[in-house]
Amino acid sequence: MSMLSISDLRGGVADTDILHGINLNVDAGEVHAIMGPNGAGKSTLSAVLMGRPGYYVSGGTVTLDGADILAMPTWQRAAAGLHLVMQYPSEVPGVSIQSVLIEALQRRGRDDDDVDALLATEAERIGFAPAFLARSLNVDMSGGEKKRNETLQLAVLQPKVAILDELDSGLDIDALRDCSRRVEALSDEGMGVVAITHYSRLLEELRPDHIHILVKGCIVASGGPELADVLERDGYGAFTGVDAADEGTSADDASSSLDDLFRM
Amino acid sequence: MLDLKSLPLPTADEEIWRYSRIDLLQPERFTPSPVRTDVVDPHGVCSTTATSSAVASPDVFAALNAESMSELRVDVPAGTTLEAPIIITHYIDAGTATLPRTIVEMGRDAEATIVEQFVSVESGVALCVPVLSARLDDAARLRYLAVNDLDTEAWQIGHQLAEQGRDTSLLLSTVTLGGYYTRARTEARALGSGSQTRQVALYFAAGEQMHDFRVIQSHEAPHTSSDLLFKGAVQDHARSVYTGLISIDETARQTSAHQTNRNLTLSEGAWAESVPNLDIRTNDVSCSHASTVGPIDAEQRFYLESRGVPPEVAERLVVLGFFDEVIDRLPRVDIVDAVRRRVVERLNIATEEVRP
Repeated sequence: MSMLSISDLRGGVADTDILHGINLNVDAGEVHAIMGPNGAGKSTLSAVLMGRPGYYVSGGTVTLDGADILAMPTWQRAAAGLHLVMQYPSEVPGVSIQSVLIEALQRRGRDDDDVDALLATEAERIGFAPAFLARSLNVDMSGGEKKRNETLQLAVLQPKVAILDELDSGLDIDALRDCSRRVEALSDEGMGVVAITHYSRLLEELRPDHIHILVKGCIVASGGPELADVLERDGYGAFTGVDAADEGTSADDASSSLDDLFRM
Repeated sequence: MLDLKSLPLPTADEEIWRYSRIDLLQPERFTPSPVRTDVVDPHGVCSTTATSSAVASPDVFAALNAESMSELRVDVPAGTTLEAPIIITHYIDAGTATLPRTIVEMGRDAEATIVEQFVSVESGVALCVPVLSARLDDAARLRYLAVNDLDTEAWQIGHQLAEQGRDTSLLLSTVTLGGYYTRARTEARALGSGSQTRQVALYFAAGEQMHDFRVIQSHEAPHTSSDLLFKGAVQDHARSVYTGLISIDETARQTSAHQTNRNLTLSEGAWAESVPNLDIRTNDVSCSHASTVGPIDAEQRFYLESRGVPPEVAERLVVLGFFDEVIDRLPRVDIVDAVRRRVVERLNIATEEVRP
């Protein structure tokens, strides 16, 4: 049995169905990349898995080490070992990273005595300026600093499975490398990774074992790292298959009509 | 003897008492009593006198207070800096009507910190009508904090008036946790050029409580500045009102005035109103006002929950973070730590109520 098992997951946001049956199995230490064009449902997948308000599940199951994740409120999913690194981390004025991590560690039954030391070590490891540790969560931080902050929390909490929602957005090349290396090290220690991304740039750093192509709420192709090369060469057009062929789209104008396909 | 029965009460039809609970006030329920007051006065600057200093009375309650049989005076001599804070504590007995009256005279270039607390001795109805008058001679510096920790059945209708001379610095702050209906009219008058005023309040109403603020930043001299930050939360069926006015008269050119009022509504049945106003009669000024009323930001809550923090704890962290911005601006006195603990307690009580 896989650590994280997603089976025929359907759902959406507001009253719009976006996910049309997602299947994905993630084992300990595996790195899976989910790639797709804008509007494919990438962020919806991460939102549904974590239980973001406003999103709904209309079918399917998600288990983490056999436990029914969808039956749990968000905080229990996190305490059970599922972690979401957010694309746009919220600013929370007046709330320190220490106070949140102390609460978070307690809920996991873990020791919270040395949070400060742990944070200092991890901050240095990913090049997060120690001065930011004294700030309110994400307040007055650049996009890159917020992502380092997200990675820092990931490293302290050490979940079973991490979902990285567009970790690479807003990151300069140095920050991307620092954050990716930390994620890689965690995965070497057994953390499963689901990296959701639009671009292949993250993959050069993260080197996933499996790549899945998400189009219009379905995984249309899965494979090894070689899929990234196909993407790089042909774009997402290579994976729209039957739909595009049925419409008689020629290779020449594929990009413009694919735009239409991807637009939700 | 005070005659509360014939007090000509205003009504909520009057604009200045709009939203208030004035129509529910029954003065005849209360027995006029002298207030019991403790003063920690390490520098020996306080005295109690039978005379009543003249203070402008904007309403019937301030006028009633002027009939008080005694007043507490704090006279800080010119050029004197008081290192230790003066702590004034009024003990309010159930069933009483009291008129605490505090007159602060800050001499030229004097500096002091004054805390005035209102505490109920026991639970039950009471009416407390305090007046604070603070006058700052040129270059004086005063940090003042009023803490209302009265019982949730008590009424408080208070008036604070500060008048500032040239180059003075005033922190006029309020923490309101208590009272069934707590009304504070606060007026800071910048009468001398170069004066600086900071007005800060933290209020947190629960159950059936109501906190009602009328605040005036009055600029009557050039080159004056004022900055106001009022932050409140309401939960259960509590209510709060903030009505603020920045008033800048013709002479007050090169003035800067800012008012910010933020309110968290923590329960469906809670209600908060925020009404900032500007009355600017000269050019060449810098003014701003901002006000918000709403529940805890859903994104902030989700962010904390996604780290494994349960909803009630996430809420507590966000509300405390919200209030910490105000707490950081209060005078640095030990009582402020107790205020923060009281806020935490109140949140704990609320979250336990919603647990299944």
